[in-house]
Amino acid sequence: MASWQAGIDVGGTNTDLVLLDSESGQFRVSKVPTTPDDQSRGVLEGLREGGIALDALAAVVHGTTIATNAVLERKGVRCGLITTRGFRDVLELGRRTRPYNYGMIGTFEALVDRELRIEVDERLDARGRVVTPLDETGVAAAVDALLAAGAQALVIHFLHSYANPAHEQRAAAIARERWPNEFVTVSSEILREVREFERASTAAVNAYVQPILARYLGRLEGQLTEHGFPHHLLVMQGNGGTMSAAIAARQPVQTVMSGPAAGAIAAARIGVQSGFPNLIACDMGGTSFDVSLIRGGEPALSAEKDLAYGVPVRVPMVDIHTIGAGGGSIARVDAGGILRVGPDSAGAVPGPVCYGRGGTLPTVTDANVVLGRVDASGFAGVHGSAALDAVREAIDLHVGGPLGLDTEAAAAAILAVAGNQLASAIRLVSVEKGNDPRDFALFAFGGAGPLHAVSLARELGIPRVLVPRFPGITSALGCQLANLRHDFVHTVWRPLADVPPAEADAVLAEHAASGRRTLAEEAVPVEGIEVIHEADLLYRGQSHVFRVPVASPGFDAGAVRAVLAERYRERFEITLDEMTPVLASLRTTVVGRRPAVDLGLFRPTPARSSAPRHRAVHFGGGRVETAIHARDGLAVGDTVVGPAIVEQTDTTVVIDPGATARIDELGNLVIEVSSTTAARGA
Amino acid sequence: MSSTASPLDPVTLAVIENGLKQVCSEMDLVHEKTSFSPVISEAYDRSNGIYHRDTGKMIAQGELGLPIFLGVMQFATQAVIERRKDLEPGDIIIQNDPYLGGTHLMDVKMVMPFFYQGRLWCYLSNTGHWPDTGGMVPGGFNATATEIVQEGLRLPPVKLVRRGAIVQDVVDIILNNIRVPEERIGDIRAQIGALRTGEKRLTALLDRYGADTVDAAIVELEQRSEQQMRACIAAVPDGTYSFTAWVDSDGVVDEPLAVALDMRIEGSEATFDFSRSSPPCRGPMNSVWATTRSAVYVAMKHIFREVPINAGCFAPLHIPVPEGTFLYAQYPRPVAGCAAEVAQRIMEAVFGAMGQAIPERMFAAPAGTSGNLGIGGHDPETHGNYIMYFFSGGGYGGWWETDGLTNGCSSVGISKTQPVEILEQHYPLLFEEYALREGSGGAGRHRGGFGISYRIRLLRGEAKASFLMDHGRYGPPGLMGGADGAPNEIAISQHGNVVQPPHRSKGADYVLTPGDWVQVRTPGGGGYGPPSARDPAMVERDRRRGYGVDVADDA
Repeated sequence: MASWQAGIDVGGTNTDLVLLDSESGQFRVSKVPTTPDDQSRGVLEGLREGGIALDALAAVVHGTTIATNAVLERKGVRCGLITTRGFRDVLELGRRTRPYNYGMIGTFEALVDRELRIEVDERLDARGRVVTPLDETGVAAAVDALLAAGAQALVIHFLHSYANPAHEQRAAAIARERWPNEFVTVSSEILREVREFERASTAAVNAYVQPILARYLGRLEGQLTEHGFPHHLLVMQGNGGTMSAAIAARQPVQTVMSGPAAGAIAAARIGVQSGFPNLIACDMGGTSFDVSLIRGGEPALSAEKDLAYGVPVRVPMVDIHTIGAGGGSIARVDAGGILRVGPDSAGAVPGPVCYGRGGTLPTVTDANVVLGRVDASGFAGVHGSAALDAVREAIDLHVGGPLGLDTEAAAAAILAVAGNQLASAIRLVSVEKGNDPRDFALFAFGGAGPLHAVSLARELGIPRVLVPRFPGITSALGCQLANLRHDFVHTVWRPLADVPPAEADAVLAEHAASGRRTLAEEAVPVEGIEVIHEADLLYRGQSHVFRVPVASPGFDAGAVRAVLAERYRERFEITLDEMTPVLASLRTTVVGRRPAVDLGLFRPTPARSSAPRHRAVHFGGGRVETAIHARDGLAVGDTVVGPAIVEQTDTTVVIDPGATARIDELGNLVIEVSSTTAARGA
Repeated sequence: MSSTASPLDPVTLAVIENGLKQVCSEMDLVHEKTSFSPVISEAYDRSNGIYHRDTGKMIAQGELGLPIFLGVMQFATQAVIERRKDLEPGDIIIQNDPYLGGTHLMDVKMVMPFFYQGRLWCYLSNTGHWPDTGGMVPGGFNATATEIVQEGLRLPPVKLVRRGAIVQDVVDIILNNIRVPEERIGDIRAQIGALRTGEKRLTALLDRYGADTVDAAIVELEQRSEQQMRACIAAVPDGTYSFTAWVDSDGVVDEPLAVALDMRIEGSEATFDFSRSSPPCRGPMNSVWATTRSAVYVAMKHIFREVPINAGCFAPLHIPVPEGTFLYAQYPRPVAGCAAEVAQRIMEAVFGAMGQAIPERMFAAPAGTSGNLGIGGHDPETHGNYIMYFFSGGGYGGWWETDGLTNGCSSVGISKTQPVEILEQHYPLLFEEYALREGSGGAGRHRGGFGISYRIRLLRGEAKASFLMDHGRYGPPGLMGGADGAPNEIAISQHGNVVQPPHRSKGADYVLTPGDWVQVRTPGGGGYGPPSARDPAMVERDRRRGYGVDVADDA
C-alpha cells in the first residue's frame, strides 16, 4: 500500500525530510547534511535514511532554495535579452533608486550583462497597437549573436507586451527554432502585467536560474524514477502551493522563497487542526527572523516583493517579512551609547562565542547561554567553564562595560533589545496592517524561535504560543501539506465602470481554464479544484492598488466598488466615494486540493515520562530554579508550569514564569502566556 | 565613550526610540498609499514627524520621508508655534510659505497640535508635494519667474481644521486657485489621515510607557544623537576646507551662481560658512533659509548615515546666516528651484569640502539634479488636459569601495521613476529611448555611475515642455584625481529643427506639435581616484559592455 509521502526541504546546512503515512498514522523524520555541489545526493540520502522504499511512496514534494540562492549569490547562467529598440538598459536602470535612504553609495549588477542585451525594431503603444512592426530578421540575427556570445538562456521582453503579446510570441517562435534548448523565457507568459522593469526583472530571474533548476529537477526526477518512484516529483512554490517538476522547470521564478512559504503553510495547517486558524508565524534561525501572518488558515500573499536590491519579483509569494535578527546576531554599543543588536551576524563560522570556533563578539545565543536559558553543553565547542568564561568576557567587554551593567544584566539587555526588534517586525505584519495581535496565536519555529516566543507574545499581547512537535523541520512538513496552485494576472488599467462585465468574465474564465489545463497536465491526484478571482483597484490619480475578491461569472462592477470602499475605510480610515475607481488588473488562483493529512499522527506516545532536571535560569528579574523537561518525555495532556524549559534536539522552548504549557492532541506545546488564562485552561 | 547617567534603563530607551520611529513610519505609509499626487505616492515626496511642544525641534521623523525635509519640517513647525498662539485640540494648520520655514510653494505642510491627557504634548507635522499650487505654469517649476507671486498660491499658517471640523472657506480658496482641484481634495484627506493615524499611534505609545518616561527618553535620545554626531565630526581632521559648487544660471540671467563654502572643523563642531556665495538672483534659483540649512543637514546625514535622526544631531552644526547671498532668499524672490536644485548644489559643496578632509570615506559628486521635465497639453483622443512630470536620475560618484551607482535618485530625494508603460497609458507621448547614457560616468579608479538618455515624442495634440534641471554647464566633479561626470544636455526638435535651451539645463514653454520630440541626457557621477589606477579587468569589462568611458589616456 503506497500511502507514504515525503516532504523534503533543502536548506543551506541541512536537508530535512518528513515521511508521513496517513493511513497507518506513522511518520518518520530525518536530517542529513546538504550536499551543495549536487543537492540531489543529499535528497536521495535523506530518502534512504527515511527507510521507505521509493516504490512505496505516493508523493515526493520538494522545497528548494536553488533559485533563491542563485540570484542572491549571483550564480545563475549567462542570459541573453532581446528587447524593444531604445530599451536595452531597463534591467540596469531600474526605477532610479539607491540601496540606502541616506548614503550616496552602494552597488548593483543587473542579472543580464549589458553585452548580452540586444535591441530589435518593434514597438507597440499602451493599448497594444503596432507602432513599428517586428523586425523578424533582426530577431533571428540577435538570437544567433547571443548564442555565439555564449548565452545559455534567453529572455524576450517587449514594451507593452502585457497589452498585446503578439510580438513577443512571434519573436519567441523564431528564437525557439534556433535556440538549442528549452530555456526561452517570454515576459508576458511569466507575468502579464504592466511596468516594464518589474516584468523584465521577473522574467530575467526566471531565465537566470532556469537551466540550473531544470537540470537539477530533471536529474533528481530521473534518479527517483530509477529507484522505482512511480509518480511525478512535486516542487514547492513561493505562493505556498506546489506544482509538478516539469512546470517548475518552465517557471522556476515560482520557486523563489519557497522554503519560507512551506514553513508558513505548515504553520497554517497545524493551526487549523489545533483550533488556531489565526497565527503569527515566526521562524527564527541563526541569521534571520521571518514573520508571516495567517488568517482563517491561509497565509497572506504579496506580489510586491524584491528578492534583493534592484531585483523585484512580481509573482505572488507568501508575504514574509524578514529582518536580520537571529541567534547569531551581534550585540554592540554604538558611538552614541545605545545598545544595538544585529543586523550583522556571526553566522555559522566563526559563530557565537559559545560555539568555541573563534567567535569573539557577543551574540543573542551567547546571551541565552549566560542566562542559563540554553544548555551550554549542547554546543560542540564548549567544554566546561573556560568557554563560558569567554562568553562572559565578550559580553562584559562589548556590552556590560560600556553600559555599566554586570554580565547578566548586560545579557538580559541584549535579549530585551533583540526581542524589541522581533516585536517590531511582528507589529509591522499585524498591528500596522490593522490586525489585533490578541486575535492570534504565535506559532514559533526554527532553531531559535521557541526560545523567545513567550516573552515576545507577552510584549505584544498575544495570548498563546504554539510550538509544533518538530520546530526544526517545519518547512519539510509544509511541502507535504501544500496544495497544487497556479496564479494568473491580467492588466486592464481602465475605469471600472468602462469595463464590460463580459470582458472581465472572459479574462477570468480563460485564467480558470488555463489553471485547469495545467492541473490536468500535472496528473497529480487532487480531491477538488478551487478557483479564486480577485481584482486590483485604485482610485484614478493614485498609484497604489488595493486588492479585493470578485465574483465571476457574473462580474458586477457595482458590487466591486462597494467592497473596495468598505475595505479601504477599514485600512486607511478615509473614504473617497466621489473618486473614480480604476480596475488595474484581474487575478485568478487555481488550487488543486491534495488529500488532507491528519496531523493527529504526531500525537506523542512516550515510552516513559522522566523526572525533570533542574538548573538556575535568569528570567529578567533574576535567577530562578527551573525545571528542565525533555520534549519526548511529554505526553498528550501533560502540563508544564513556568518557569520551565523544554529541550529537544532541534530547539529549546522557554516557558517564562506565569506561563503554562500543555501538550495538545497533535503533540504541539500550547502555551498560555499569562497565569490567569493558564489556570482557566488547567 | 563614557555612558552618561540616565534614569532610563537601556532597554526602555531603545524601545521608545523604536516606537517613535514607528509612529512616523506609519504616518508616512498612510500618506503615501492614499495620496493622489503621483509625486507623493510614486516619488515619496512627503515627510511626517513629531516635534517638540515648546521649541518645535525634531523628536522623530520617518526614515522613509524625503531627505530634504530633514530640517525643514522643524522650521515649519517653529513658524506655527511663533505665529499661532490660539491652537486648540482638533486644529490642523496648513501652510506653504517658503519664507516661513519652507521650501518651494508645492510643498504643502500641515501641523497639528497633539494633546495628551488635556495638555499640549507635541506637534505632529507633515508635508506633501502637490502637483500644482497655481502660478504661471502647471506644476510650479517655472524657470523664468522673477517674483514669488508668479509661482503660485502662498498660504500663511491658517487653520484648515478647527476643533475637528474642516474650514470649508479655506479649502474653497485653495481649490479655486489651483489646477486639477478635484484630485487635491483627496490629497488633503490623505495628509489629514496621516496626522490622525499618528495621533492614534502616539497616544498608544504614551499610554504604554507613560508621558514622563517618554519625555525623559526624548531628552536622552537627543543627547545621544548629538554625542554621536560629535564623535563623527571629531574624527575629521581640524581645519578649514573650501569648495565651490556652481548652479548653471538662475534661468533669467545666463551667469553661473556660486555656492561657495568654507567649512571649518574644530574638535566636534563644524561651521558651514556660505557668505562668499553669489548675491540673490532674479530667477527662481534662490534658496530660502530653511532649505539652505536643511541641505547641510541632509548632506551630513548622507556622509554619517549611522547617526539617528533627531534635533540632537544638528546641534554641533553651525551655519552663520548667509545674509546678502542667494542662499538666504527674502520676499519676493522666486524660489521654485531651491529644494530640487540649489539644495543639491549646497550638498555638493559639503561633499566636496568633506572630500578634501576625509577622502577615504567619501564619494565623488553625484549627478545632483532632480531633472524636472514638465510636459502639459491637450489630448484630442481623450479630450482632456494633462500635465506630466518626469524626474530623471543620474550617475552617483565613484566611492571608496567601488564604482558609482547608475541612474540613482537625486540626493534630496528617494523617489522611484514612473514606469514608461504607465506614463504612456496616461499621456499622448511615446518614449523612443530610455537608456543608459554611455560615456557619462567620470573616469577614475572607481568610475562614476552613468546618467540616462531619453527621448519623448509627442503623438497627438499640442503641448508645451518646460525644464528645470542643473549641471548643464559643468559636470559633477571627480574626487582624488577622478574625472568629472558628463554635464546635463537637452535637445528639442520642433518641426525637424533641433534647438538647445540658451540656459542649457533650464527653459520654459517650448511648444511641441505631433512628431516633435524632447531629448534629455542626464549627468554621470564624478570619478574617484585617478583613472590610471583602475583595475584593468574592470576597464576590459566596461569596454565589452560598451559603456564608452574614455580610457585612452590610461596606462
